[in-house]
Amino acid sequence: MTSQPAAAAPVRRPVIPIVAEPAVGLYRAEKKIHPREIRGRFTTWRWVFVALTQLAFYGLPWLQLHGRQAVLFDLATRRFYLFGLVLYPQDFIYLAILLIVSAYGLFLFTAVAGRLWCGFACPQTVYTELFLWIERRFEGDRSARLRLDASPWTVDKAWRKTGKQASWVALALWTGFTFVGFFTPIRTLVHESAALSFGAWEWFWILFYGFATYGNAGWMREQVCKYMCPYARFQSAMFDRDTMIVTYDGGRGEPRGPRSKALAHADLGAAGKGECIDCTLCVQVCPTGIDIRKGLQYECIGCAACVDACDGVMDKLHYPRGLIRFATENGLEQRWSGRQMLRRVFRPRVLIYGTVLLAIVAAVATSVAVRRPYRVDVLRDRGTLAREVQGGRIENVYRLEIMNATESPQHFRVAVEGLTGVVVASEPDLEVEATGERSLAVRVQVPVTTAEAIGSGIRPIRFVIRRDGDDRPPLVERSTFVIPR
Amino acid sequence: MSDFFSAGWSVYIAVATVAGLLGCLALLIITSRARVDPKSDTGHTWDGDLRELNNPMPRWWVVLFIITIVFSFAYLLMYPGLGSAKGLLGWSSADAYTQEQARANAQLATVYARYASMSAGDLAHDKAAMAIGERLFVNNCSGCHGSDARGGKGFPNLTDGDWLYGGSPETIVQTVTHGRQGTMPPMAAALGSAQDVDNVANYVLSLSNSAHDTAAAEAGHAKFIVCAGCHGVDGKGNQAVGAPNLTDDTWLHGSGKAAIVRMIQNGKTNVMPAQEHRLAPEQIHVVGAYVWSLSHGGPGK
Repeated sequence: MTSQPAAAAPVRRPVIPIVAEPAVGLYRAEKKIHPREIRGRFTTWRWVFVALTQLAFYGLPWLQLHGRQAVLFDLATRRFYLFGLVLYPQDFIYLAILLIVSAYGLFLFTAVAGRLWCGFACPQTVYTELFLWIERRFEGDRSARLRLDASPWTVDKAWRKTGKQASWVALALWTGFTFVGFFTPIRTLVHESAALSFGAWEWFWILFYGFATYGNAGWMREQVCKYMCPYARFQSAMFDRDTMIVTYDGGRGEPRGPRSKALAHADLGAAGKGECIDCTLCVQVCPTGIDIRKGLQYECIGCAACVDACDGVMDKLHYPRGLIRFATENGLEQRWSGRQMLRRVFRPRVLIYGTVLLAIVAAVATSVAVRRPYRVDVLRDRGTLAREVQGGRIENVYRLEIMNATESPQHFRVAVEGLTGVVVASEPDLEVEATGERSLAVRVQVPVTTAEAIGSGIRPIRFVIRRDGDDRPPLVERSTFVIPR
Repeated sequence: MSDFFSAGWSVYIAVATVAGLLGCLALLIITSRARVDPKSDTGHTWDGDLRELNNPMPRWWVVLFIITIVFSFAYLLMYPGLGSAKGLLGWSSADAYTQEQARANAQLATVYARYASMSAGDLAHDKAAMAIGERLFVNNCSGCHGSDARGGKGFPNLTDGDWLYGGSPETIVQTVTHGRQGTMPPMAAALGSAQDVDNVANYVLSLSNSAHDTAAAEAGHAKFIVCAGCHGVDGKGNQAVGAPNLTDDTWLHGSGKAAIVRMIQNGKTNVMPAQEHRLAPEQIHVVGAYVWSLSHGGPGK
């Protein structure tokens, strides 16, 4: 046995916790988050989106067109007015396509720049912004609100809280009212509101939608994103290492810590300090209460409030901006410039999402543009397949449902083709009232010579429906003609 | 309640329901009191290193559970749910249906009220009434009589002014309300030989100047007296019993000698079903006027 001095092994000491982690319950009251108010590029953008979306939401029902509400979903008569368009329940496919477009839009934006929807346009974010704005008017900014919450009840606190709640309720009710205004003409609602004579369902939806707005934007806020929203959870599936996300550049920032204001950017390395001064502003402005410096977290809604906060601090210190910024994981690791990261935007995933989205949008735009303002369903009579009438002519009966999707009465003429000598034997003309729907019993006959020439069986025929004053090719609907044995 | 064989089942279900709810409540209380180490995990691991931590759930989530349980008890107290208990409100789906129907009928009554005093002739000129009549017809009558009301083999044409039981508005309403059953008995035996049947068929064809054998028709003339009981000596039918007019070249069950011979041999029972249980008298009034108008210039004209 050779005695050899043992290599100096690293000393491993068990870490003895000074204080045992307190055990926690399975449920916990969530701490209210008071995000600090912030100004900056992205905050401005968010307010632009708040303005655009809410101008559309609160404003659209007030627009009039052709003496009616421009955008109205009339459930009772099942007519859906979108500016000049009149849609029937049969046009439901457009709603499906709208949802598909929204989904692909979400896929595309998320793949390119993360949760843009969540941070800037989602109603949850938008209404939370509005409710926060009201909260700030009554209770002041973050620190004032924290103090107010901790303080005992005083007259001042009571009126501030009451004023806030009253304003919230008013905004929420207005939101519910506007929502119902998309389904009942909003001018009618105004008249009804004078005597509070809303219908039962109008009452329900005003109050329910109002309550949902009040509860979600006033009280639930980030809880909705963290615990309820399915989008939040599956959007991470669309992230990859080239997705722009809100990130903290640890390489630049660490080691973080306070420093003298005089410490110039050029001297940071010598002083052994990173750019992060650990002011925690990024945490204070976060609406979901996370610390972005810990990296990408599922709670992050990509609102970039921390970017604005950090940029402000960097400006004050005369450090370059972008310690917290939109960057990709790859970009951060490889220290890429913004331009280099942007180049990666055009990757297969984005191109495929983009192409599919563009194709669907183009298809639906074309479909709406060339859409006929009328629609016809041909229903064969089932009771009587065929019958023989005077002169041995063979007759079949059909019912044509003609829907007029314009806002003026329209005149239609029905013809038939596809067999030798086939004619419409009944009245071929029909007037359909504005946005109305009428059915026309149509008797179609073929001469005995045709019946004998082609023999018994089921033959294809085509109905040709012309609209008066329409120079486009007429609508052609297929059906069959039965020649009995 | 007839769904249960014995009252014991009702008690069993009530007890199971309440016990289930109390069990849920107990579970919530027990888990609310449980304490765990926040650093520990649930023991679930995915993809080798993805652990599920014991992160506390938000308390409002539990409150939602409690609200559902409170709601359940309130619901069970007020509505039927605990076995065969009726609940404090005494609600039942059958009652709800009856009430809804009464409401709908009351609404309908206001629509039809103005038509009640109008004659069929007046209704036929009323566009709105005829639109209702047409819809009623399409929904209830067109299955047999066709969308254009021109019928088919076995189903009368309602537009040609030729009526089996009469075409006055009152008769049409009567027909729609109570239905009709027309019977042509097999008459071959009463007529005699097959030759006699053939002769009578030829005679019947001659009544409407359809193609026939004159000699055979002449021979069948005398035998037609057997048919005259219903169809009349002149073959013009009898609307009191729904016997068709044989002289007008309108053939409900097919034209030509073969069809007539078959009818004499086999007879036929044809039914117009009564609509009184499907349609209200006010509706029959309007649809009757619509049918009447079809052979009087058309609805709305």
